[in-house]
Formats: sequence, structure tokens, C-alpha cells
Amino acid sequence: MATADIHISEETHSDGHHEHDHEHSTNFWTHYVFTTDHKMIAKQFLISGIFWALLGGILSVIFRLQLGFPEAQLGWLKPFLGDWITAEGKIDPEFYLALVTMHGTIMVFFVLTAGLSGTFSNFLIPLQIGARDMASGFMNMLSYWFFFASSVIMFTSLFIETGPASGGWVIYPPLSALPQAVNGSGLGMTLWLTSMALFIVSTLLGGINYITTVINLRTNGMSFSKLPLTIWAFFLTAIIGLLSFPVLFSAALLLIFDRSFGTSFYLSDIYINGEALPNQGGSPILFQHLFWFLGHPEVYIVLLPALGITSEIIATNSRKPIFGYKAMVGSMLFIAILSFIVWAHHMFVTGMNPFLGSVFMLLTLIIAVPSAVKVFNYLATLWKGNIRFTPGMLFSIGLVSFFISGGLTGIFLGNSAIDIQLHDTYFVVAHFHLVMGSASFFGLMAGVYHWFPKMYGRMMDAKLGYIHFWLTFVGVYLVFFPLHYIGIAGYPRRYYSFTNFDALNSFSDLNMLVSIAAILTLAAQFIFLFNFFYSIWRGRKAPANPWQSNTLEWTTPINPGHGNWPGEIPTVYRWPYDYSKPGAEEDFIPQHIPYSETPESNLDHENELIKLEGASDKAIIVDEK
Amino acid sequence: MFGIIIAIGVLLLLVILYTLFRIGTLVNVVKGTDKKIVSTSNKVNGALMMLFMIGGFGFMFWYSWVYFDKYTLPVASEHGELTDQLFWVTTAVTGVVFVITNVLLFYFGWKYQYKEGARGKFYPDNVKLELLWTVVPAIVLSVLVFTGLQAWSDITSKASDDAEVIEVMGYQFAWAVRYPGVKDNQLGNYDYKLIDDIKGNQFGIDITDENSYDDFTPLEMHFPKGKEVLLKIRARDVLHSVFLPYQRVKMDAVPGQPTHFKFLANKSTQDMRDEIGDPEFDYFLTCTEICGRGHFSMKLKVVVDEPEDYEKWKAEQQTWLKLNPDYLEEIPAEKRELAKIKAGIENTELEATL
Repeated sequence: MATADIHISEETHSDGHHEHDHEHSTNFWTHYVFTTDHKMIAKQFLISGIFWALLGGILSVIFRLQLGFPEAQLGWLKPFLGDWITAEGKIDPEFYLALVTMHGTIMVFFVLTAGLSGTFSNFLIPLQIGARDMASGFMNMLSYWFFFASSVIMFTSLFIETGPASGGWVIYPPLSALPQAVNGSGLGMTLWLTSMALFIVSTLLGGINYITTVINLRTNGMSFSKLPLTIWAFFLTAIIGLLSFPVLFSAALLLIFDRSFGTSFYLSDIYINGEALPNQGGSPILFQHLFWFLGHPEVYIVLLPALGITSEIIATNSRKPIFGYKAMVGSMLFIAILSFIVWAHHMFVTGMNPFLGSVFMLLTLIIAVPSAVKVFNYLATLWKGNIRFTPGMLFSIGLVSFFISGGLTGIFLGNSAIDIQLHDTYFVVAHFHLVMGSASFFGLMAGVYHWFPKMYGRMMDAKLGYIHFWLTFVGVYLVFFPLHYIGIAGYPRRYYSFTNFDALNSFSDLNMLVSIAAILTLAAQFIFLFNFFYSIWRGRKAPANPWQSNTLEWTTPINPGHGNWPGEIPTVYRWPYDYSKPGAEEDFIPQHIPYSETPESNLDHENELIKLEGASDKAIIVDEK
Repeated sequence: MFGIIIAIGVLLLLVILYTLFRIGTLVNVVKGTDKKIVSTSNKVNGALMMLFMIGGFGFMFWYSWVYFDKYTLPVASEHGELTDQLFWVTTAVTGVVFVITNVLLFYFGWKYQYKEGARGKFYPDNVKLELLWTVVPAIVLSVLVFTGLQAWSDITSKASDDAEVIEVMGYQFAWAVRYPGVKDNQLGNYDYKLIDDIKGNQFGIDITDENSYDDFTPLEMHFPKGKEVLLKIRARDVLHSVFLPYQRVKMDAVPGQPTHFKFLANKSTQDMRDEIGDPEFDYFLTCTEICGRGHFSMKLKVVVDEPEDYEKWKAEQQTWLKLNPDYLEEIPAEKRELAKIKAGIENTELEATL
């Protein structure tokens, strides 16, 4: 399999002298707050992510109340929402827009980018590649605290008088540039932009760290061809983020200039509130190009880590090697590259040159091929497995189902001719909530259930996990599947109410179903919250390798200290997917077991490798050059 | 009082649930099942996979079949029939893939669930198989792309010269339409700096341009059946998006960057009323780009006429200049007579209003 050039080097284990048997002397502040330990930073991201997910979920339930029960009296929400509930007991239309905007922003950036990548890239990269910590623990700490500052600002914006940003999470100008167009474009938008600027700094600090760590700090023997797919996913995600987030930063910066310093990057020919603005020559479409240059890769920034996590969990719990490891890596690589050249499929009907539309349609539909390969490979991995339904495994299977269901509707939307009708309708909402929102969320959940024992040294309760999974899985499908029908019928997104439309007023039953399902799905998350926090302190003590997994993190002590391994870092000899190998005693052989110890199960070419396994103190260095 | 009782009830329920959870955990500890890698729950989960699949598909097919007429909009334009056809072809192709892959996913989950002492099949790769499922999707997608590209280039091709030109302008929170007039059939120039809502020039019509004298701005949109229509689309404050659901027309309205969309309506309002059996039915135009507080209420009535009715309707419309005679003053003196003629203003009428 591995074609890397392997040679024996005189170099001894470079980290050998680095003894970590003793704990650093720490106090509360350096241990829990300003920590440089990647595991603690991961937990910080996770807990923050859970907080945001809960808030984002609650916001969505509030606007689902409006959509599902347009006649309902919501006066009882007044103690919480104040003047956002009108005197008639209705949600204010502008608050409705603020809700959708903040729900989108929170879920995309704060939950599925920071909460997912931040948690698992931080937690798993050093543990799975065999490193003491991130390349720069300090930058890692900064990454979290920039995210924290960004979170505080975004959270604050929810409470200001003019309300948070309300131009949609895509913040298209001129709406987002003109406070006179919508109240949320005043201070709320300023805070949004400030918060996002800090968020981007956080993402970049984290991303540089992830990339550097994966390239430089892999343990002996851990060649790129032996990396678990999780690490491949985090690595490529970080690269995508590093290349695309700066573009969002520049887009935001120009918007700040337009808002505050009288420039006209995005503004032209505007007459609003009885006044013609002096701005001329700008292009609102320019912003859309810049935004989606991040915005589309962003989809893969949230999705790839989830797919990586799923690959790992499905292989482990099917007790089978992941099918087509190289194809999995190849398709992720291909997706990562293509993700940069499909952005304008969000803009087919903005009036851009139709020829450009044709090009982007072609490129967009190409990206469906590697995605399809991934799905088939998952199915082939499950085939003839010996499947253990751990909660993590259930969520991974759920992810694959969402990835299929949501991915296929992408073929409609990527087709510019079909997109004319479906663009900005509920069909789009259904599409991306399944393929990006729910799939990534399930990846996050799968990861939490799977690596909880490594994080806290205790097990989460499996039965509660099953209940949580089934309620959420059924709930998510009940919420998002009906939206396809509503979209096909032409219902536009971001509508406060459909009561104005005679022709478009026939889905009150379906909308009600969706809203009830959304409320129940949110309620089911409290089962998870209980399970999570209860298990941190009261869960059953975890064994060293609860899922009988092959990857390196399970060779650390049950509660690893700062530095991860007491003594030497294990050397890696094999790929991470030697599950159910014929002839082997157990149905798994961890990565650090040399081939010389498993003569009964070695394949022919693996017996060749035994000679290279330094019988002496010489280490194997895999040269990637 | 009622609130307190509910709160106590909820609290009791939570306590009961917690107690049940504790009992379950302790029973597991006593039985030792918590130490096993796989418990009986595995079978339950496997069975639920199948149950979910059957239930889910049942629900989906039932709704898709029974409520077909409810969620599909009748189509009333030529290119719309084409895109609808593409939509259904894509639905058929993806539907087959959707069913097969989901069935395999859940069936494998059930079929290959954990068995004591069993082993998974060590099957790390198969190049032929992988090539197969790379090439087949690529071919299928190429076919879809090809048909889509053709449709797209037809739809976005240049409008014919005799197309009926109509200007649509979005603003917070309504649509305004302007017709080029029956005398010269040319839309007059506009400039956003000339917009003045109070005086009545919401389009920013430039009255130094002779073409604007016979332009008219009705309160509802009309266009003819069976004749190509070219919508010239713009916005004057924030982004909006023109959406004619039945005609399958959608195009953003962008301040500073006019856009356009050409189409051919093939069913008049009356045709559609007959088709769906609703004598009250009207087409409409609505907004699909978030534009602020009133986004959801930007609705404009649309009437599709038979060609002769359309011409008649056009001839009956009063020109904008006639309805806003204040602007006649601002027209250079040498053009004023021409303006009066094109705008259909009788001198006597004017004197009467002055």
C-alpha cells in the first residue's frame, strides 16, 4: 500500500529525552482557563460549542413557532424577548429576520466550525499522530481566546436595542451596509463584523497550528499513508480554512469601509428613505463573490471533519478496514481542491454572465463524483462487517444517510436551469440543512460519544445515547424532509409569514408538523446534555480502549496528562485499519504493534517490512520527499 | 398558581426519569452487562434500522403520491416546461440512487449486526469496484450537466428584437413596473438621483429623454401570452429578487447593476383559472432575496393577457407624464409640445388642471 520511501536512520527518537512522567505544577487558571494543553483547549471549544448549539437551536425553535403556528399568541415569551414580541403577541418581523440570521451565523461558524473543528482537530491531531501537543501551545490558547472574545461580542449583539444583525447569515450589502434599510444593520451589524473578524483570527491561528502539527510532529513511522482518515480530514480542512477565511476577512473589511468610511465598494445608485446616496460605481455582486469564495469552502470546512470522524468510527465499529483508504483520501483531496472553484453556483440568478454560470455548473456537478465515491465506500465498509451499534456508530450511520439525502438534492441546485425555480426556496433550506447542517452535527455527536472516554476517562451512558440518537434522527428527517415539498411548491426562504399569499397558503399542516418535530428534536438534546454532564463526573470508569480501536490515542493512559504519553511516544508500524485481519488473534491490531509480533496475520508484503522494523534502537523514518 | 403546578409536575417527571435511569444503570452493574462490549441493545438498534427505513420510505412515497398536486405548481411558460422536465428527470435519477443507497445502508446495518464470535470480512479495497462507482456517477452526471447546459444557454440567450420590454423595479417593500409606451415603444432613461417619491418620480425618469414621454407605470403587471417578454430588472435600495413562480422566472434585482430575464408565457390568466378550476386565481410576482422587514409582503398582481387584450390594455393606460403633470414644467420648452403629444395630454386638459 504505502509507496513512501522508507529508510533506516541513525536518528534516535527525538522526543526521548522529553520526560512527561510528572504532571506540570498547575493551578486552576493555568489548568482550566489559560491552558496550553490541546486536550483542555479541545474541551473548551466543545463546551462553548454546546452552549452555542443550544442557543442556535432555541432561536430556530422560536422562528419555527412563527412559521408553524402563525396564529399563536406568543405573549408568554415577552418576559424573555421583551419588545421583540409585539403588543398583539406576535413576533416582530424584523426580529424574525434577526432570528434566522443569528441562527445561521451561530450554527455555521460557532457550532460547526469552531465547535467541530476546534474540538476534534485539537483533541485528536496530537493524540492520533503521536505528538506531545500542538506545534504551538500558545497559539492554540490564543486561538481559543480569540474565539471566546468573538463569542462574547456576538452574544452581546443579541441584547442591544436595535437588535443583532438581520440581513441573513450571508449579510449581502446593501441591506447589511445601510442602517436605514433594516435596524439590525446598525450596531448589530458592526458587532457581527467585529465578532467575525476575531473569529477569523481564531480560525487562522488554529488552522496554522493544525497544519504544522500534522506535517512536523508525526511520531516515528507515522507516514501520511498511515494517517487515520480523521487526521487527513482535519488537515485538509485546515488548509481550506487557511486559504478561504482571509477572503471573508477582506470582504468584511471592505464592508466595514463602506459602512463607516464612506467608500463605495459594494454600493451604487441607491435611493433610500427619501434620499439618494452619493455612492456610485460599487458592486453588490462583488461582495457575493468574495463571500462565497469562503462560503462554499466553508461547507466543506464543516463537512470534512465530520466525514473524517465518521470514517474512523464506521471502520472501528464495523470491525472492518475502511474500504478504499486511498480513494477516501483522494476524494477528500479532490473535494478540497474543487471546493474553491464552485462558489458561484450560489449566484446563478444574480445576473452574472450566463457563461460563467455554465462553467460553475459544470464544476459543481463534478464535485458530486468524489462525494458519491465516499458514500459507496462507506456502504462497502459496512458490508459483511460485524457491526456494533455504539451511539457513535449510530450517529455515523445517520450522517451517511443525511449525506446521501442532502447530497442528491445538490444535483438539482447545481444545475443552473433547475436552480432558477428552486433558488432561495425551502428546497435549498432542506438541501443544506441535511447535507451540511445535520450531517456535520451528527459527525460532531458521533465524535463526542466516541471520544468521550478519552476526554474524561469515563463512559457516557449508551442507552441514553440510543434514545438520543433515534429521537434526533427521526426528528431531523421530520423537520427537513417536508421542506423539500414546500420548496418545490415555490415557497421562498426567510418569509416571516405566508398568509399574504393566496396561492402559497396551503402548507400550514406540513409547517406545523415541521415545527412540532423541531421542538421535540430540541427537547431530545437535553437527554444528551444530561448524559454528557452527568457522565463527566458520575459516568462508569472507562477502560483503556473501550471500542477496541487501532489508533494511537487509545495507547495513552486513561486520563492522559499534559504530554499525552508518559515515557516514549509509541512508534507506528501499520495503517490504522487492521480490523478483522485473517489469522489475527483479536479482531483488531493497533497501529503500534510491529509486524514482527503478528506473523500469523501478516500479508506477504508486510513480512518484508519486518526487516525494517529496527530490531535495534534505530528508528524507522519515513521520508515523504 | 397554574404555572407552579406545571413546574412541580415537570420537576416530578424529571425526578422519576432520573430514578429510572439510576435503576437501569444499577441493574446493569449487578448483571455485569455494562462490562460487555455488545449488549442486547445491538439487536434492537439493528431492528430499528429496518423499521426506520420502511417507515421512512412509506411516509415519503405516500406523501409524494397522494399530495402530488398540492406541492407541484402548474407551469405557465415555455422554458418552464423544459426546466420542469429536467427537474423530473433529475428526480427520477436521484430518486433511484436515494432509494438504493439508503436501503443498502440500513439493510447492511441490520444484516451485518454484531454476532458473537463472528469476524468482519477483511476487504480493504477493490480497484475495479471503485473505478466502477467513480465512472458511472461521472457519466450520469455528464448527461445531466449536458442537458442542463443546453437549457441554460437557451434560457439565457439574447432576447429577440421584437420582445415585449417591461421594466421591473424592486424597492422596500413593493414592486413597480414601467412600460415603454405605445407611441415609441422605447423605455426612457433614468437616473437614481432624479428619484423623488413625494413628487411622484419613483423610477427616477429622466424627462430630458423623449422616449420617456409615453412611458406608463401601471399598478399591476400585464404581459401577453405567446409573445416573448424581456424583463429589465433593477432595484433602487437593497437587493430584491423577481420571482414569478408559475412562469419559472427568477432573477435578482441589484441596485446599480440592471439585470434581465426573457421568457415566453404560454398560459393566460384565464387559461390557468380553467386549468386549476379556480376562477379567483391570479398570477403574482414576489421577492426571493431578503430585503428587510417587509420582505414577505412584496407581492404584485400579474395578469397574462391574450395578445389582443394586452394591446388593448396598453392603449388604455395613462402615461406617467400625464399623471404627473408637474414634470411637464421641467421639460425644455422646445420639447414640450412633443411631450404633450406623446404623453397624450390635451392642451385643454392641462389648462384645466393648472
